[in-house]
Amino acid sequence: MTETIALLTIFVLAAFVGVEVISKVSSTLHTPLMSGANAIHGVILVGAIIVTGQADSALVVAVGLLAVVLATVNMVGGFVVTDRMLQMFRGPAGRKKELHK
Amino acid sequence: MIATWAQIGYLISAVCFIVALKALSSPRSARTGNLLGAAGAALAVVITFVAYKPDHLVPILIALLIGTVAGVVGSRRVQMTHMPQLVALFNGVGGGAAALVALIELGEVRDGQTIAAIATAFTILVGAISFSGSVVTFAKLQELMTTRPVTFPGLPVLFVAGLLGGIALSAWLVSDPRVWVGVLLCLVGLAVGVMLVLPVGGADVPIVISLLNAFTGLTVAAGGYVLGNSLLLIAGTLVGAAGTLLTKLMADAMGRSVFNILFGAVRGGSTLGAGTASERPVISGGAEDVAILLGYAQRVIIVPGYGLAVAQAQHTLRDLVEELQGRGVKVDYAIHPVAGRMPGHMNVLLAEAQVPYDQLREMDEINGDFKSADVALVVGANDVVNPAARNSPSAPIYGMPILNADEAQRVIFLKRSMRPGFAGIENELLYDPRTTLLFGDARDSLTKLLAAVKNV
Repeated sequence: MTETIALLTIFVLAAFVGVEVISKVSSTLHTPLMSGANAIHGVILVGAIIVTGQADSALVVAVGLLAVVLATVNMVGGFVVTDRMLQMFRGPAGRKKELHK
Repeated sequence: MIATWAQIGYLISAVCFIVALKALSSPRSARTGNLLGAAGAALAVVITFVAYKPDHLVPILIALLIGTVAGVVGSRRVQMTHMPQLVALFNGVGGGAAALVALIELGEVRDGQTIAAIATAFTILVGAISFSGSVVTFAKLQELMTTRPVTFPGLPVLFVAGLLGGIALSAWLVSDPRVWVGVLLCLVGLAVGVMLVLPVGGADVPIVISLLNAFTGLTVAAGGYVLGNSLLLIAGTLVGAAGTLLTKLMADAMGRSVFNILFGAVRGGSTLGAGTASERPVISGGAEDVAILLGYAQRVIIVPGYGLAVAQAQHTLRDLVEELQGRGVKVDYAIHPVAGRMPGHMNVLLAEAQVPYDQLREMDEINGDFKSADVALVVGANDVVNPAARNSPSAPIYGMPILNADEAQRVIFLKRSMRPGFAGIENELLYDPRTTLLFGDARDSLTKLLAAVKNV
């Protein structure tokens, strides 16, 4: 039961942290923030690897591999597309550097 | 239980995610934040391989490779205007992956592990909802299907029945964890997800993406509980909590409640607007007429919208603005919080065209300036300047804060046609005697305008 309580504690504290860290975001960044958060939940990939790695039957392995593919698309694609969006957000200084090149 | 070093490694990943989210909420640090998040995720995957020593290593690595290629190619190829639907799709596959992981774990849940069983059922149900809901969202944004709300008589009954069925099946699963019940639960979840998103109108879809994003976060958290994996629990909870708040912030920016967005159409509200182009007279002009208005103005406020982005006309618009500024006209861009298809989308698109930040003004900041503006130039926008949001309580966008373009001395619309905006309702401002319309593709119109302004 102690493990249950420990996990529950983590859950509650993480919920507060999640609300707190983004509470001051400007609407300019809503889209990249959503996209970045979207990429972060791609870590379900870790879960997909664990269950596939422990699977015995061929069917379970197949389902697990499908989960690995989907989760990877979520994670990798999510971070790459967020980076593409944020590339556009260079400040005036960064843009000048570009012009000097 | 896995090794202590791996637990500590996971903790480092979790901290990366927290710092990443924090950094993502400020323009200066956002890009670094995203890279840090990616680093945390990569670390977590490496730790997992070393600590769990999974069987079937080669097939897993191949699956990873396939997913990576698909993700990178998809996100590199997509046009910036189509980005919202890509985010929806990525979110959906994440939810799907979580549901599949939970289905597999169902075989491991033993009698007496009630909380684990509840978490498994939750992951299957909500993961499936998130998957199918995101797919419908994708179809709406990609305009593979109508962007209007879809309802049919009996949809509310069916939706509630689906939801109750899902809860009943979850209870069954908790008392008797059988895989086929889990598969059934998954199917019910898929149906509920479709029914959840169908009645949502096109303009509200971005908020639904954000909501489904929060859902997926929570399923990942529940999956983490089932697997006893603290990293999944923390990352999922973070995204679930941040996503829920973000959804509320977005809904607030549109002056809507999340409940109203989801169930407005189902409750028989008047979400369906006029929809068709009416035959009423409008004043349309040529590029030269409009160029004179612009060239002799002192203050011009530009209201960019999705039409600008579709026509890829951001760069031409910037050239026009620079030309006007060269003539001493004071020009600003008024950015509605939901201009484009997502909050902040227009900022991304204009930043791509290298429009300086300080010319992009947020709604609250610039709304008082329209009164003193000579011309409001609306490029490919419609709903965000529709006075119906202020004046007509029956309109689906009623209550949404809008840009006060109607307060400017003259209003110019660059439009492709008289077709109503994404919300599917007519805009009275188009028929106002002070309004001039310049029909055509935004890029063509702006190119002509630019040439005409140079000759004024």
